[in-house]
Amino acid sequence: MKLVPTHVVRQLEETVGKANVIAQPDELIVYECDAYTLERNAPQAVVLPGSTDEVAEAVRICAAHRLPIIPRGAGTSLSGTVLAVDGGIVVATTRMNQVLSIDPRNRRALVEPGCVNIWVTRAAQHHGLHYAPDPSSQMACTIGGNIATNSGGPHTLKYGVTTNHILGFQMVLPDGQIVWLGTEPNGGEDTPGPDLRGAAIGSEGMFGIVTQALLRLTPIPQEYRTMLAVFETVEDASHAVSQIIASGIVPAALEMMDGLIIQAVEERYGFGFPLDARAILIIELDGLRAGLGRQAEQATSFCLGNNAREVRQAQTEKERNELWKCRKRAFGAVGKLSPNFMTHDGVVPRSKLPEMMRFISDVSARYGMQIPNVFHAGDGNLHPLILYNERDPSQIQRAIAAGHEILRKCIQLGGSVTGEHGIGVEKIDFMAEQFTPDDLDAMRALRKVFDPEEHCNPHKMFPGAMRCADFVQRKQIPA
Amino acid sequence: MNQTQLPPFLDRSKSDACIHCGLCLQSCPTFLETGNENDSPRGRIHLMRGLDDGKILLTDRVATHIDRCLGCRACEAVCPSGVEYGAMLEATRHTITRHRTMRLPQRLLQKVVVERMLTWPNGLRLAVSPARGMQRFGLTRVLPQRLRKLVELIPQKPKNSTSQPSFHQEKIEVKATAGMMSGCVASVLFGETNQATVALAQACGYQIIVSSGDLCCGAIHAHSGNLPEARKRAQRMIEFFENTETDVVIVNAAGCGSTMKEYPQFFSNNAEWRQRAEQCSSKVRDVTEIAAELPASLKKKKQEHPRTTYHDACHLCHAQHITEQPRTLMQEILGNNFVELPESDVCCGSAGSYNITQPELAGRLGSRKARNIIATGATVVVTANIGCIMQIRASLQSAGVQDIQVVHIADWAIQAIQ
Repeated sequence: MKLVPTHVVRQLEETVGKANVIAQPDELIVYECDAYTLERNAPQAVVLPGSTDEVAEAVRICAAHRLPIIPRGAGTSLSGTVLAVDGGIVVATTRMNQVLSIDPRNRRALVEPGCVNIWVTRAAQHHGLHYAPDPSSQMACTIGGNIATNSGGPHTLKYGVTTNHILGFQMVLPDGQIVWLGTEPNGGEDTPGPDLRGAAIGSEGMFGIVTQALLRLTPIPQEYRTMLAVFETVEDASHAVSQIIASGIVPAALEMMDGLIIQAVEERYGFGFPLDARAILIIELDGLRAGLGRQAEQATSFCLGNNAREVRQAQTEKERNELWKCRKRAFGAVGKLSPNFMTHDGVVPRSKLPEMMRFISDVSARYGMQIPNVFHAGDGNLHPLILYNERDPSQIQRAIAAGHEILRKCIQLGGSVTGEHGIGVEKIDFMAEQFTPDDLDAMRALRKVFDPEEHCNPHKMFPGAMRCADFVQRKQIPA
Repeated sequence: MNQTQLPPFLDRSKSDACIHCGLCLQSCPTFLETGNENDSPRGRIHLMRGLDDGKILLTDRVATHIDRCLGCRACEAVCPSGVEYGAMLEATRHTITRHRTMRLPQRLLQKVVVERMLTWPNGLRLAVSPARGMQRFGLTRVLPQRLRKLVELIPQKPKNSTSQPSFHQEKIEVKATAGMMSGCVASVLFGETNQATVALAQACGYQIIVSSGDLCCGAIHAHSGNLPEARKRAQRMIEFFENTETDVVIVNAAGCGSTMKEYPQFFSNNAEWRQRAEQCSSKVRDVTEIAAELPASLKKKKQEHPRTTYHDACHLCHAQHITEQPRTLMQEILGNNFVELPESDVCCGSAGSYNITQPELAGRLGSRKARNIIATGATVVVTANIGCIMQIRASLQSAGVQDIQVVHIADWAIQAIQ
């Protein structure tokens, strides 16, 4: 492993304090990957700044020594977004984790980038407000990371994804400049000029490091109706999804789990899911009490009309929370089935769900890999979990190939290779399949506006990027 | 620096369950304080696997991150894959202890102060009187810092210790017989709390027929990786209660209770002892579980209760999953005077012997807890573990707060129902 020269380490230590620089190989291995574990490479150093100024100074030091900068939050990315492909310096915002202020009258929260998603809601809920985007990892993932990947979550079906809830943010650009994009903490809702805020959301850490964010808070709905519909086939469940949406109901969330994942989740959490069910829909309606009952009846009748075996309603808030806990921790429950899994988050038009689900089960049979599914059915955002064991190289190969077939099919059906996890290193090869060379050139040109040197989170997103393996080979050739 | 290659020591069926998702990170008190993933559960598992695979060598640097783990098991409670982190930690610590050359002061602290003195009631008794004397006359200043912190944790004798907590009511029917696990530290420092526990159990219909006296359950040894010694002590405890006619064994220290409920894990390779351990474990109840059976007639609401909050002891909420019973009891008695404590389930830094072996981080976590308590405006903090009580009292004192009481739930409940 290439280490950083001692004088650079010293400079970083002077900036953030000795305890907040990690530069020894045995501690750096902890940062060799995020939640995507197929590719690993340790960074050359990790810095943990405590303020915007410290971030800016650390970035300037990296720029001066032409070291790649890898912004990192809680490292929960599922696509290798914070992998240090060719080493470099990880700038982790985990010490900058405070909710700075809640402004209930203007429904805003000002937070630091390392603030955990769920903490915002915790701080706002006694004002009757919450932060709406709720990725399944919301108990751990950070707002900075949510902005970098424009995170989704079950409730984004009704409320929109991260970009709809970010008024503005402060960002340290790859040359160390500090800028504010979008609405400033005491500013009005709209800002003149092109929407640079929007451009930077979802840029996967290539445009700079968010150091403060101004979030939009949303009133907590007056009432929830959370239902569980049990089906004999995935196809029936998919048809029910299409009908509910087509009828004009806008559910807060509409999630599907297939038979395999139901079994894993039930074994782990013992919620009481029927083990013989082939598909389950979690349908959540929220809003004003008036009219909610009628919508619930309608949704129920669409499920029953599509051969649902039963439709249950959560009777208490506790039951509702339990149900969501099962859904949100479903990925982890597969740890019981297999030591490793890979998940994709391809999107297809809702009407193509039945066809897509048939395709996935066909891929599973052809490759001999188990592929449970748990996903945001309401917006056609899939999450096939391809199970493998990393100690068996042939399984790794098959898992990758199976995943690629699934993503290719998503593009074919008019969808996209990612709904919310981002491209990272995982899906680079698909960018050229989904976008034309002109599209990609335009994206690259935009990136260069923010990072002309391309040293902020390099080797991500764009085709032609180097992989960890390329660098390993290069390092083995004597200079 | 010493570098040691460790032999494989992890049970792969356990360590493979971690899928590296990172959902545990923010539940970890040490990660919340340092922001360094080496101080997080996922990071520590990464280090454990690295040591186990031989990818990294054991250095002081790596060992420090394992040492810094509180063993609070908050990560287990949130882990979606059900990783048995506590068991992995004990196995890792056990291996590290055998292969590492600790510096002498550190070794003395661990082997003599923590593993011997703390769990040797007569020794502890000898040490307590002079320590209390020093506290009273403000002489602790002359001690070296680490020792001073330790001495300052020791609680003063209750002022009116002539009146023993008791509960007499003829009408309560005896529904079961119980043994009291009085604990090696508690029997010296918290005799009053033990009496309150007995009285509370009686009020709930349990007749206490025997007490384990000075016997140590082995929890402190298990947590620091001394598994053989922990096993020995567990065997003594199991034998002791086997020879009694008890339906349940009541424990009022969360760390002891969780270890006793998990005794079978100590004997995975010994069928006979595993079975005896299972028998013993199935009888173990925390005092908060017993208190949940308090007859409704005794839980009268009084208006004059001060604003009171509740701190979750780690080994009660994360290891034994007991969170609702104490809250229900307190709400029933206190009504609106019960307030929730923010971050109530984040460790206070006590963690068995942690405030002795890791004073710096223990101090940071203690101040964090004190800040949260002060913010609630409560004047009474109730918890169910003596280690937490000592640590929180000391932390509040360091924060300059004099008028917040920290009491064990048994003491609190027996007073509340009088």
